[in-house]
Amino acid sequence: MTLFNKLLGASAALALSAGAALAEPALIFDLGGKFDKSFNEAAFNGATRWSEETGESFREIELQSEAQREQALRRFAEAGSNPIVMAGFAFGDALGQVAADYPDTSFVIIDMVVDAPNVRSVVFNEHEGSYLVGMMAAQASSSGTVGFIGGMDIPLIRKFACGYAQGVKAVNPDATVIANMTGTTPAAWNDPVKGSELTKAQISQGADVVYAAAGGTGVGVLQTAADEGILSIGVDSNQNYLHPGKVLTSMMKRVDNAVYEAFTDGPGLETGFQVMGLANGGVGYAMDDNNASLVSADMQASVDDAAAKIAAGEVAVHDYMSDDSCPVLNF
Amino acid sequence: MDVMPKWAEVVLVPLISLILAAILSALVILAIGEDPVEAVNLMITGALGSTYGWGYTLYYATNFLFTGLAVSVAFHAGLFNIGGEGQAMLGGLGVALACLLIPWPHWTLALIGATLAAGLFGAAWAAIPAFLQAKRGSHIVITTIMFNFIAAGLLNYVLVNLMRPAGSMDPATARFPETVHLPTLHDILGTVGISFSKAAPANVTFLIAVVACVLVWLLLWRTWLGYEIRSYGKSEAAAKYAGISPVAITMIAMLISGALAGMMAINNVMGEAERLVLNAVEGAGFIGIAVALMGRSHPFGVFLAAILFGFLYQGGAELALWTSIPRELIVVIQALVILFTGALDNMVRMPLERLFLMMRRGDA
Repeated sequence: MTLFNKLLGASAALALSAGAALAEPALIFDLGGKFDKSFNEAAFNGATRWSEETGESFREIELQSEAQREQALRRFAEAGSNPIVMAGFAFGDALGQVAADYPDTSFVIIDMVVDAPNVRSVVFNEHEGSYLVGMMAAQASSSGTVGFIGGMDIPLIRKFACGYAQGVKAVNPDATVIANMTGTTPAAWNDPVKGSELTKAQISQGADVVYAAAGGTGVGVLQTAADEGILSIGVDSNQNYLHPGKVLTSMMKRVDNAVYEAFTDGPGLETGFQVMGLANGGVGYAMDDNNASLVSADMQASVDDAAAKIAAGEVAVHDYMSDDSCPVLNF
Repeated sequence: MDVMPKWAEVVLVPLISLILAAILSALVILAIGEDPVEAVNLMITGALGSTYGWGYTLYYATNFLFTGLAVSVAFHAGLFNIGGEGQAMLGGLGVALACLLIPWPHWTLALIGATLAAGLFGAAWAAIPAFLQAKRGSHIVITTIMFNFIAAGLLNYVLVNLMRPAGSMDPATARFPETVHLPTLHDILGTVGISFSKAAPANVTFLIAVVACVLVWLLLWRTWLGYEIRSYGKSEAAAKYAGISPVAITMIAMLISGALAGMMAINNVMGEAERLVLNAVEGAGFIGIAVALMGRSHPFGVFLAAILFGFLYQGGAELALWTSIPRELIVVIQALVILFTGALDNMVRMPLERLFLMMRRGDA
């Protein structure tokens, strides 16, 4: 409630100061919505952390439809927001059009590479983080069957699935990985009901750990897994708290750090290509009080060991997007 | 003799509806702890306070002009075409195919070609419900609305599986070539020395929409066909007795209606996005119903109502950008306006009519 009040207060201040062209940073959320408990919320958390530390405000908008992307980008750029951060690969095309029109504005895009002099492209090694939670899933599973539920069926999400399957097979080569996608359009990022149905279908096939890489759809996956008494793995944000003792861990994709850094660097930030992997803390797995009882010391040790090896380059995790194929999983 | 004078019918009823919607919206904004006066200010400066705002307002208005005219034409034939959404989606597909498959030498030719393609695709999509209505009596409201879903599914399939360029994760077609880019108002007004925001998407299509208004007016009130359409809409039995074929009028009115809705795509697909994306129509097909109702199905009324809804849309987008009013509530506010101007028309009209009757009795 206090957070809500604070938000209202902040927004009232925002409304009053609207119109004045301030160089405030701006953040644009994708269709999953700001409070998807996952990807977009991670971005929001990073922005909020920056705002709390600096006492400065930032602008934000949740998109209502695909067609609004370019308008939102242009509107913020016209109003002098700088830098402008957008969470989601789908902004790639719109940004490619807009960036050249505003050469003095810095743009940051997450999950996509846009080649322009004033754009910073941040991509994550999701396959590495997914590998680690895959290892944990295989160790926690007693049936030898684990599930993966993706959001929109795109190479990026297959990259999650492929890393996860490799992690599972590394622990238990005989394990079965069931992979399903929620849909083929951006609506798949926010369809918890379908997520819940897919979870039930996977449980009926014997899965006893499911990993959701599906934005807001994952809320339904985690809920159903908790209801049906199996374990689940969250994604992007730390989702362990959603169902304490029922969520094995969360694959942390530090979108919050990417947003925080972009806001901290401010206008004129260093542009170019940025890869966030295990080595620089860009991805990882979540441990807290909520899942401490689920993860044994052995499990954690083996995962930490693998993480160190991946970071050091001793173990290579195959990246689906490098050749559009996965050696251990068929889609 | 009419119960109310013309001015009350045309001005007073929509105005009171709007004021009621505004009051309710203000209450909604108050309830979530925002300042309604500030919100209205934001909407007005954001939509009308700059050429940038005007550019977006006119861009949205262009969409609503086409869909509003589409609903109006069908309305005059007594048909309720609520399939504008799907017809505009298919129109978008027509535009995308025309722009991507044919190497146009110049945008003027491309515009003619794309307009034809958009109209054809939109009309074809309206033809099936029209045929079912004319020949089988399947209710046009049900069939057109169902065809919206079929259109959405079809577009989804086409964009994800057939028209998505290799390597792209976004369900959208490739960019249209440079030669088919339509001149924006910035380019047009620039030639006569008026500076207009470069970023706004309003383009030459707006002028086409205005021409379409005039043509629809000519069609409905100055041609045989228009007369037949209107007589059929007023009284089917009388029209039949006069030798007007119900099947022909239903088909023709719906084909024109579908073509007009489809032609909206030259604005949003060819003029703005320059590629076909999912949900490109953004509900303009449904807004068209409200626009037609508010404009009393007269092209000039439709023009005014389209500008008003363009303002509401752009103002709403500004609210979403500069306040923390959640996106769901902005939809609620827009919906309230539609509800009052469209659906609850009689709620305002009947008391007003009673009032005018009383006044008249007082005079007598």
